[in-house]
Amino acid sequence: MSFKELVIESSVVAETKISSDHRPLVAVAMSGGVDSSTVAALMAREYGVVGLTMQLWDQKRSINGDACATPVRGRCCSTNDVYDARRVAEHLDFPFYVVNHQRQFEETVVHPFVSEYLAGRTPIPCTHCNNHIKFGELLRLARQVGADYLATGHYARVELDRESGRYLLRKAVDETRDQSYFLFGLTQEQLSRSWFPLGEMRKLEVRELAREMALPVAEKPESHEICFVPDGDYARFLEKYQQERGTPVSDTGEVVTAEGEVLAKHDGLYHFTVGQRKGLGVAVGNPLYVISLNPASRRVVVGEGDALLTRTCFVRDTNWIAVEAPTDGLRVEAKIRHQHSPAPATLYIEGDGVRVEFDNPQRAVTPGQAAVFYQGDLVVGGGWIERVGT
Amino acid sequence: MSLYFDHNATTPLAPEALEEMLPYMRQDYGNAASIHRPGQRARAAVEKARAQVAALVHCEPNEIVFTSGGTESNNIAILGAVRESGKARKHVITSVIEHHAVLRPCQALEREGVEVTYVPVSADGFVEPDEVRKALRPETVLISIMHANNETGAVQPVKDIAAIAREAGVLFHSDAVQSTGKIPVDVTGLGVDLLSMSAHKFGGPKGVGALFVRQGVRLLPLMFGGMKELDTRPGTENVAGIVGMGAAARLATENMDQDAQQLARLRDRLEAEILKRIDRAGVNGARENVRDGEWRRMPNTTNLYFDFVEGEALVIALDLQGIACSTGSACSSGSVEPSHVLLAMGLSAERARSSVRFSLGKANTEQDVDTVLRIIAPTVKRLRALSPRVPAEMRESVRN
Repeated sequence: MSFKELVIESSVVAETKISSDHRPLVAVAMSGGVDSSTVAALMAREYGVVGLTMQLWDQKRSINGDACATPVRGRCCSTNDVYDARRVAEHLDFPFYVVNHQRQFEETVVHPFVSEYLAGRTPIPCTHCNNHIKFGELLRLARQVGADYLATGHYARVELDRESGRYLLRKAVDETRDQSYFLFGLTQEQLSRSWFPLGEMRKLEVRELAREMALPVAEKPESHEICFVPDGDYARFLEKYQQERGTPVSDTGEVVTAEGEVLAKHDGLYHFTVGQRKGLGVAVGNPLYVISLNPASRRVVVGEGDALLTRTCFVRDTNWIAVEAPTDGLRVEAKIRHQHSPAPATLYIEGDGVRVEFDNPQRAVTPGQAAVFYQGDLVVGGGWIERVGT
Repeated sequence: MSLYFDHNATTPLAPEALEEMLPYMRQDYGNAASIHRPGQRARAAVEKARAQVAALVHCEPNEIVFTSGGTESNNIAILGAVRESGKARKHVITSVIEHHAVLRPCQALEREGVEVTYVPVSADGFVEPDEVRKALRPETVLISIMHANNETGAVQPVKDIAAIAREAGVLFHSDAVQSTGKIPVDVTGLGVDLLSMSAHKFGGPKGVGALFVRQGVRLLPLMFGGMKELDTRPGTENVAGIVGMGAAARLATENMDQDAQQLARLRDRLEAEILKRIDRAGVNGARENVRDGEWRRMPNTTNLYFDFVEGEALVIALDLQGIACSTGSACSSGSVEPSHVLLAMGLSAERARSSVRFSLGKANTEQDVDTVLRIIAPTVKRLRALSPRVPAEMRESVRN
């Protein structure tokens, strides 16, 4: 049974009023890129489609203003992306709306992003955006305007497990594109209404399909940066953002060794991330890495590579997908950053979170990043890394 | 099915206006400034339209300047009048509920060193003439208060404010883009010196408007070139557009009272029935239609709030079911901030965001209103059922 059939059938489980003669209306979250445009085209073949594009950030606020002078293709001025999404909707001839969620985006994504950096952590804004904006505000809007599902261009898979009645999240078939790591925070309710058609496809196939269907964005290059920091210079973004809010950052401190020996001065914790090697302002024999960031003392602790290895971390604000709640001693493969190969680990329930014990020490486990727990391609659940060590 | 309830954004072009325009886009393409006969035919058409627009607002034809629309009319009037004034210090009075086509030129003047007072409005959405009087200063050179508000339809006491202006020897401008062609606008009766109009708001084409300039009032032009419209606005006249505006003005003059009464009846029924069917909904602004024989709110407009509903979501949900309405002014849709007009009336940001505007037009029928009534209650119910804003103790009642 295909995923589509499963979803349609599952709507009965979700106690909605979708009868057999109801032609599902699918809202497609359209970024103007090739992935979500292809999703829209695929959906439009079989279902009623309404396209929704979110206006999330006013690029005219010109934080990192000259980013627009050096063209970052595709992501710089979001009016271009809105224009592209609109062209695709016109091409495929379905209703399309631009909705403004700037206020909520700033509250739930941008502001926490800045706060996390200032607190010496390394945040993942895309996960917050998924939890609060895409599968929060936008999914709600989609449902409010009469759509049964929200389809997005994410590379991941959702399926209904008939035995447990739970909606399961799996890695994408194309593992090089897999985005399940960023989706661990979705609730059962959110998953039951979400549709990721690209989870079954390879990126090359997607682009080929886009060309076949003559989508106006078929040749559009991809963006890899955080959408509100198109030039990737998040430190400068953060300084300007704080300036604009009237609370300019003054976060200078010292770069020290684990023994407390001061090696250099630094201009702010937010310039650093755990595991970073370059830009420490220290010239000594052995290569040094950032081992930890201490917001209280504003110290950046550096050391040799081995000091980055850790066998355990504490994870809070967990969300469980494959299970209602984890059992003590659950065996998983834990992924601690987007570019990390999941490593075998055991979960121990501890207070309001879980302690993760890796079978083998892992390098640069970083507070603020997500730890997502897999069993093969299945996402069991995940949470946010609060601290490293016990 | 597509039902249009957004006539304050724009109206369909009257078929008669289109018919009259077509020859000037085909065989009669002459330039109205040319000496030869093709030019003369164009000139005659422009002058005929000028007389038709003059008749609509009760002025002399030579007091009408054709422009590219309401925004240009407002800019010429406000920037032109203030920059023409020889005073060393200049002060302008306007209101907080003006359209951006008035507020933005005022802000541009502020950057030139002009002081601007933005008078407040009552909870009903009306400017109090006394507030204008209190704001007067020796250096006041212009008062600009709109005739009918585009979002709420509240018709401002322009006559009283114009009297205050006259007494003080200050020029008075009114943005009458929403009222002209829909309710009586008599520039002499109102006592205005400058009045802005837009053709597409009353059955004319887009891209053409007019400014009434009382004889003797001098404006510094914004643009410079040849072939000036009454010494104020250069450029080759948009003959077909102007002809369309003239035709729309003639049609409006002929049918105004009847159309307005009919619209008011339909609007009142739509409004009353919505309020009857939907809990926690209400009208923003006064509901009184006529006072002392004059319209106190536009007969075609109703602005309603629906608690716990996001106006934007309601507009999209209705559009997907074939009903076009709006969250307010088309010019500010898509912006983050809730309507400045509703906020100025004292609505909370949340209630302002929960508001939508229905603005009716000639083509709307009783059946159209029935369709809206059939669709809107279940739609609002669905939106509320999925709204995180509904307080727990109300969950049951709004779901029923």
